[in-house]
Parts: sequence; structure tokens; C-alpha cells
Amino acid sequence: MRLERRAAASGLMGVLAPVLAVLAAALGAALLFAVMGKDPVACLHTLFVAPLADATGLSELALKATPLLLCAIGIAVGVQANVWNIGAEGQFTMGAIGGGAVGLWLGPEGGWFVLPLVLLAGVLGGMGWAAIAAWLRTRFNAHEILVTLMLSYVAVQILGWLVRGPLQDPEGFNFPQSRQFEPAATLPLLFEGGRVTIAALFALAAVPAGALLLGRTLIGYRIRVVGLAPGAARYAGFSETSAVWFCLLLSGGLAGLAGVSEVAGPIGQLLPTISPGYGFAAIIVAFLGRLRPVGMLLAALLMALLYLGGEALQITQQLPLAATGVIQGMLLLFLLGADVLVLYRIRIGGRAHG
Amino acid sequence: MGDGVMLIALLVATLRAGAPLILAGIGELVVERAGVLNLGVEGMMLVGAVVGFAATIGSGSPWIGLLAAAAGGAAMAGVFAVLTLGLRANQVASGLALTIFGVGFSALFGAPYQSHPIPGLATVIFPDLASASPLVQQVLLLDPLVWLALAAPFVVQRFLMRSRAGLVLRAVGESAEVAHAFGYKVIRIRLAATLFGGAMAGLGGASLSLAYTPMWTENMVAGRGWIALALVVFSTWKPHFVTLGALLFGFVTIAGFQANAWGIPVAPNLLATLPYLATILVLVLISRDRLRLKLNAPASLGKPFHPA
Amino acid sequence: MLSRRSLLLAPAAMGLAAREATAAGPLKVAYVYVSPVGDAGWTFQHELGRRALDAALGGAVKTSFVENVEEGADAERVIRKLATDGNDLIFTTSFGYMNPTVKVAGQFPKIKFEHATGYKRAANVATYSARFYEGRYATGVLAGRMSKSGIAGYVAAFPIPEVLQGINAFTLGMRSVNPKAVVKVVWTSSWFDPGKERAGADTLIAGGADILTHHTDSTAVAQAGEEKGVFTVAYNSDQSKYGPKTCLTAVTHNWNEYYIGRAKAAIAGTWKSGDVWGGVKEGMTKLAPYGAAVPDAVRKEVDAKLAAIGAGTLKPFAGPITDQDGKVKLAAGQAMADKDIGEMKWFVEGVQGKI
Repeated sequence: MRLERRAAASGLMGVLAPVLAVLAAALGAALLFAVMGKDPVACLHTLFVAPLADATGLSELALKATPLLLCAIGIAVGVQANVWNIGAEGQFTMGAIGGGAVGLWLGPEGGWFVLPLVLLAGVLGGMGWAAIAAWLRTRFNAHEILVTLMLSYVAVQILGWLVRGPLQDPEGFNFPQSRQFEPAATLPLLFEGGRVTIAALFALAAVPAGALLLGRTLIGYRIRVVGLAPGAARYAGFSETSAVWFCLLLSGGLAGLAGVSEVAGPIGQLLPTISPGYGFAAIIVAFLGRLRPVGMLLAALLMALLYLGGEALQITQQLPLAATGVIQGMLLLFLLGADVLVLYRIRIGGRAHG
Repeated sequence: MGDGVMLIALLVATLRAGAPLILAGIGELVVERAGVLNLGVEGMMLVGAVVGFAATIGSGSPWIGLLAAAAGGAAMAGVFAVLTLGLRANQVASGLALTIFGVGFSALFGAPYQSHPIPGLATVIFPDLASASPLVQQVLLLDPLVWLALAAPFVVQRFLMRSRAGLVLRAVGESAEVAHAFGYKVIRIRLAATLFGGAMAGLGGASLSLAYTPMWTENMVAGRGWIALALVVFSTWKPHFVTLGALLFGFVTIAGFQANAWGIPVAPNLLATLPYLATILVLVLISRDRLRLKLNAPASLGKPFHPA
Repeated sequence: MLSRRSLLLAPAAMGLAAREATAAGPLKVAYVYVSPVGDAGWTFQHELGRRALDAALGGAVKTSFVENVEEGADAERVIRKLATDGNDLIFTTSFGYMNPTVKVAGQFPKIKFEHATGYKRAANVATYSARFYEGRYATGVLAGRMSKSGIAGYVAAFPIPEVLQGINAFTLGMRSVNPKAVVKVVWTSSWFDPGKERAGADTLIAGGADILTHHTDSTAVAQAGEEKGVFTVAYNSDQSKYGPKTCLTAVTHNWNEYYIGRAKAAIAGTWKSGDVWGGVKEGMTKLAPYGAAVPDAVRKEVDAKLAAIGAGTLKPFAGPITDQDGKVKLAAGQAMADKDIGEMKWFVEGVQGKI
């Protein structure tokens, strides 16, 4: 069996491949369910369909997908310039801290200006954290994979220190938490009865914005050239340094926005744990979406569905947590594998198939 | 315990804490030198840990367990290889997906083994370890996996720099197209490297489940796979710097504990950031020479190879 | 959603409990766990409680659990889903679930919620926790007797009040039989990381500690002691099989009777919100069976101390208590108020370590 590269990416397969992958994964999952003694059809329904069954479910889907999409878009822009921001998790945390601190400080005063300031502080918090990595890379050549990853751990510890110390709720019985944010510092809900906030609109807006940036602006062009042909970029005067700074600041800002949206949204305060690993999951979302904003939107929704479905399998079908991890991993592996059909034909022997 | 013995004890503790990182890191270094970026180290370590543990319980011998652990890690790496080398899937996403799969699979597979404590490797070799005198005990605590971890960078360095096969592997990592033009089987070489990386990650996991904290619980690797990945970057792809990074990381962690115990008034959370900050600092110091960094990152790292 | 009216009652062999079930069917009880169940640790003890509830009430209850639920935005969704799925009694077993529990409870007034280690209550939200520090004090006495160097090592996760209560009570207990005893504390900044806990234990042993204890979620400390021949006192669960020769006992959490009692009350319609902070007396904290290395005389002494605590004649936090800086926190004859215990943010004299 050989792979033969197609002359051009197959549009049909672009749509069909993910469908095939989901079907294959569903089959594998059904087998797993059967082996564990559960009803395969009911479980598949719980995993894929049930979370979308009502408005609450859709609201939760959007809520879960929002931080994934925001972080993914930032990461994807960077990857195009060969800038690998593996530490979106840390920028997310610093955004939450920055915005949260401002929210705690100004919230009690009230006023329409509080929320925009909170969001701005969140974006700046994430940007500032990413700026450290940008500076260390451009000035000292320190690889951003390591710096951003290490800084993620540092950010989580800083959050832990803050909620046990300077930002701790004085009436909180010395437990690690901040005061709850006042309404003035909380994001408005998108609709009553759901938890999703206007942050979902930010994420949606980032999709065309990201596409425009990469496809139609000079800076987007420069970013792509720096990534694809660094030699040519230097020759043309495109500064790698400014590309690195731009990508990390953008990425950090988006991750920071995701972070502040999470704490000024569904969580409503600062806690030691505010992210179930969004920054890392966003990396998968970025690549599943083939680094294109619309693709990432779909990928974010799919990842969110996997999370919600996995939870539902635990609750409704009493499936062990570990099994849901296996199914999620399996689905992702199939999706990634099926993508081969977009760029390649499978040839067996000398005859072409597909 | 006298001061001298205490220092030795702290050194031994640092070495034991660093062994899993070095084993997994050296494996990943070889993989990345061949141009493949496998972010699934955490998943491979967990699978290695659980498979090794299960095999030890089943066979009664930790040596069989170690072999099984290496095989388990390599099997996971095999899945990755099918995806990325066979089907040209994106390496970054595949590695991450592999980790997710590995976390779940190891938890599922290991569920029946959670209540089985076993003696650590060091105790298996020296049953009287617990009653040995302090100095002797410290030496005996250095189990074979620690020695393997210390030796591996030397072996890998020699392989990469002084052997023909190592040269070819590095060539593949620098430019797969050129190596292919010279007639080398790029995919096969990358496959071998990937499987080696998986086996080493499996041994890294086994060093936790069979030697350092001899047990199986879900998620017991607790993020060390990510640290190992970071250490490969930290090392600028030079084997001995993996050891340096792992020992630095372990040393700063343990120094932090000592600071706790001495009553140094720094908040625990902030002390906990020191290993990570130290790693960044040392990386900055190492990387300042632009030319050296550029010469060290394998040029075709992460890019899939398309034979023309 | 189940139609409760259509469910059958449990067989009469289950006795009183079955007849006490509502005519509408078994009581649906759900648990939210913050970490995987595993084989030992905080969540495992809650799981033991759930299993005990199943065993005791049989068909009168139908229990379920969700594990590894992150504190943060996910928690509210899971709790809400358990509520909409028709559960009658929901236990949320981690502090970080406090606000989500209260929020969901406000939307489901007919469902009963119980939040562990929290402080916010409502008509349908009760809180519960246990005075683990009572068990800690007794093991401190044990450590005082069994330690030759007078140095104990404590591998702790985070400096929250519950952990500090444990460290302080242990130290007070140890110094009550050895006034010169020192307890060294290291912080892992993680509830579960066996490798890090092991490194912490190694550091403490290198520093001269010949008895270890911990407030973390894995069995690494007990194993460290076993490998090196150093005594340990485990926490959360009985870990004797991880340290058959060296693990002297464990301060265990026992939620069994509490869960059974609360479920029975819910079934009988007598469930009321409130705060339960039980200790030795209520059986909510117990010591695991002693290891072989503990001499008879010491066993008797520790048992006596434990009994006295249970009877209320011995209070772990009773004056005179001096803090690390030499300030007198409690004069002789005074007993610390619950509020001050609950908000503890300082160390007693004898603890070497900083918050």
C-alpha cells in the first residue's frame, strides 16, 4: 500500500474524511461499550447526541468551546510563523488574574466602565506573560516551547499564591478563593437560562478576524513567509523578530481574554483551579482545524462535544472516566489519520483507489 | 544522620527524582533528532508504567516488567508512527491525541492493579535495604534504572556523534529530502527512532511504577512527560544537557523542600515556581549564542516527509 | 428521566430500610468526586462511604458517582446534570464545589445537597466535615513515643486551615510526650503527585526525621518509609499494605455512618440542613490498626488519649499554646473556639516550616 500525493487537496475528502473518522471512532467506541457491558447505541447517543438535545446543552457547548477557540486561533497564527506557543494555559491564567484583580478592585464601585477595563486587563495580562517568552526568544534565543511551557506552571503557582494571600476573600474562612465578582465585573449572559456569556461572541468574531488577518493583511502575509521560507523572508526584509513578538502577543492576548472570560463568567471568582487544560486542548483544536479559523471553529465545537459527552457518559451511563478518555483519544487519532485522504490517494499495488 | 551522609542522601534523592525525566527525555531527544516531534511522552510513560506494573504482578519478576514497559511504550509510539509516518498526519496533534488516549487507556487497563503494592526495585535486589546503615542504604537505593538513566546520555551521545547510523539519523533530521536523495530509507529510520523513544518513555514510566513509587494509580506520572519534553528543548538537543536539566530540576525541587524544612519564609506556592524558573534561566544562559542554537535544532523537526 | 412511581420496592429481606423507602422508589444518591477514586486518599474514603451506604440500605437507595470533576466551570454543569437526572441527594466532596453547589441548589429547592468542608448553607444545602485533627493529635503522641531523634517529617500539600490543623495537632500531641520534638514541614503544592511526595519524604529523612506523616493523596510517603526502614503514619486511608513493616497507623476518614444516616433521614423525610463537624466521638475519624512495631504500652497510651478526645476530656487545641514566634495564642485552661480552629493560619511552636 502506498500513498500517492494528489495534485490538489481534495475538497470532497475535506468534508468526507472527518465524517469517515467519526464513523470509525463510533464503531470503536461501540465495541468498547459492548465489552464493558453497556448498551452501545444508548452510549453513542449519550456521547454525541444527548449533549446537544436542548438549549442548556447548546449553551454549555458554546461555553466550553469559547476558550478553546480563542486560544486555538492565537496558537494557529503563531504556528504559521514557526512560533510555537505551548503555554497558552499560562497566558490564560495570567489573563484571569489580571482581569480578576481589576474586577475585584473596581467591581464594588460599579459602573459601565468596569467590565471593559476588566477585559482589557485580562488581555494585557495574557499579553504580558507571552511577552516574556517573546523577549527571551528574540533577545536570548531561548526556545519558546520551553519558556511558554515552564511559564504555564509558574502562572498556576502564582494564582495559587494570590488566592491564598493578597487576593484571598477576607470573609472566606481562610480558604483559597477570592471574593466573588460583583455584577458590574461579570460578563453578561448571552441568554437567560444558559451559562454562556458574550465571550462566545468574542470567539466567533475572532474567526473572521483571524481569517482576514492571515489572508488579507500584509502582516499576515509576512507571518506566513517567515514561517514557510525564513531565508526569503530575511531577504525581503521581513523581520523575524517582529513576527515573533506579534504572534506571541496576539496569542497571549487571546488566551488572556479566554481566561478573564472564564473567571468573570461561569466561575465568578478566582480559584486555584480555573482551567481543565484549555491551553493544551487548544493546540489539538488548532491542528484539527488545519490551522484555519473556520476549521478551528468546527474543531472547537467537536472537542467541546467530546468533553460534554464524556461527562454525560459518566453520569448517565455510569461509564468509568477512563473509558471516556480512551474514546476521546481514539476519536482524535482517527480524525487525524483520516485527514490523509485529503492530500493523498491510497494506492494498493499498481492500481489507484479513491 | 551526619552532614556528609545528609548531602549524599540529598544527591541520591535528586538522582532518583531525575531518572524518569532523563530516560523519557533521552528517548525523545533521539526521536527529535530524526526530525519527528512526538508530544505523546506523557501518554507513553503512563502506558509503560501500567504495563510494566501489570507484567511484574503477573510474572512475579520486575525484570519482565521492565521489558513489558519498554514494549508498551514502543507500542504506543507505534500507533503514533502509523499516523504520522504512514498516514502523514500532523505530528503535534497526533502526539497530543496519543497522550489523551494513553491517559485513558492506562487508567482503564490499570484499574484492577490499583491495590497491589510491590516492593521497589531496589528492595527486590537488596531485600535488607530497609535495615542497612545510612550510607550503604543510600548507595543501594540507586536502582538499575537510575544507572541506566545516567548511562543513557553517554551511549546516545556516542551513537549520534560517532557512529554511522547516528550520522544518518541526524542527516534525516536535518533534511529528510536530501537523505532520501542519498538513498537512505527515511521512513524506516524515523520509525526506529520513534519506537526507541517510546521504549525509553516506557522505561521512564516504569522507573516510577516499579522503582521510585512502586505502585500503580491513575495519572501517577503527574505531568513528568511534559517536563521531559521541555528538557529536550532545554538541552538544545544535546544528550548531556538532558541530564543537566533533569538534575537541575530535581535539585531545585529538593532544595525547595529543604528551604521549607528550614523555615525560610517564602510562600510554598512561590517556592514551587523555582524549578521552572531555574530551567528558563539556565536555558537563557545556554542559548545566548545564536549560532549554536540554530545548529542544534533539527531542521526538519515536525515536518512530515513526502518522498517525491 | 425515571418515573419514580413505576419502580419496584426492594425485597423485604432488606428489612427496615426497605420499608422506609418512599413509595415512589429508591432514593437516588449521587456523589461528585474531585479526583479519581484510586485505592487510597480523600476520594477513596468517600467512595468507601458510598459503598457502605449501598450495602446498608440495599434496594432503598440507588447510588452513583462522577469522578475527577474539576473545580471551576465544569463543576456547576455536572452538579446541575445530576440534579436534572433525578437525584434526590447529592454529595459534593470538595471545597471548590461550594459556589456551584449553592447556585444549583437554589434552582432545585426539592433536591438535597451536602457540601463537604464548606461553610455556605441553605435550606437544602448542608455542610459536613470531620475533625481529622483529633486523630492527628493521637498519632502525634504515637510519634513522640516512637521517634528516637525527636524529629518528625510532614509532607503537606497546601497551607489551608484543614492541613494546618493537622500539622498543629500532630505537633502538640508529639510535644505532649516529648517537649523538645520538632516537626519539619515540606510543601508539595499538589494534592496528588507521588514522585514529588517521595522526593519530599526523602528530603525529610535526609534531614533527620525518623517518623513521617503526610497530608497528600497518594501512598508515596508510606512507601518511602517502607523502603528506607523509617516509620510512617499514613493519612486518609489505611495504608498498611504499602508499609507492612513501617506504617504504624493511619488517620482515616470514615464517612460510612454519616452517609447512611443522612440517606435514612432523607428517606424518612427528617433531613434538615445544618453543619456537621464530627470527630472521634462520632466515629468520623479513626485510627487504622496498629503496625506490629508499636509496643503494647504505646498502643494503650494512644488508645487512651483517643478515648479521652472522644469523651471530650482531652481537647487537642487547649491552652497553653504558643505559636512559632513565641506569642501565646491560648492561655492555660482555655479551649480554642471552633471558629478559630476553622480559620487556622499559623503554626504552633515546634513546627519548623513556614506558611
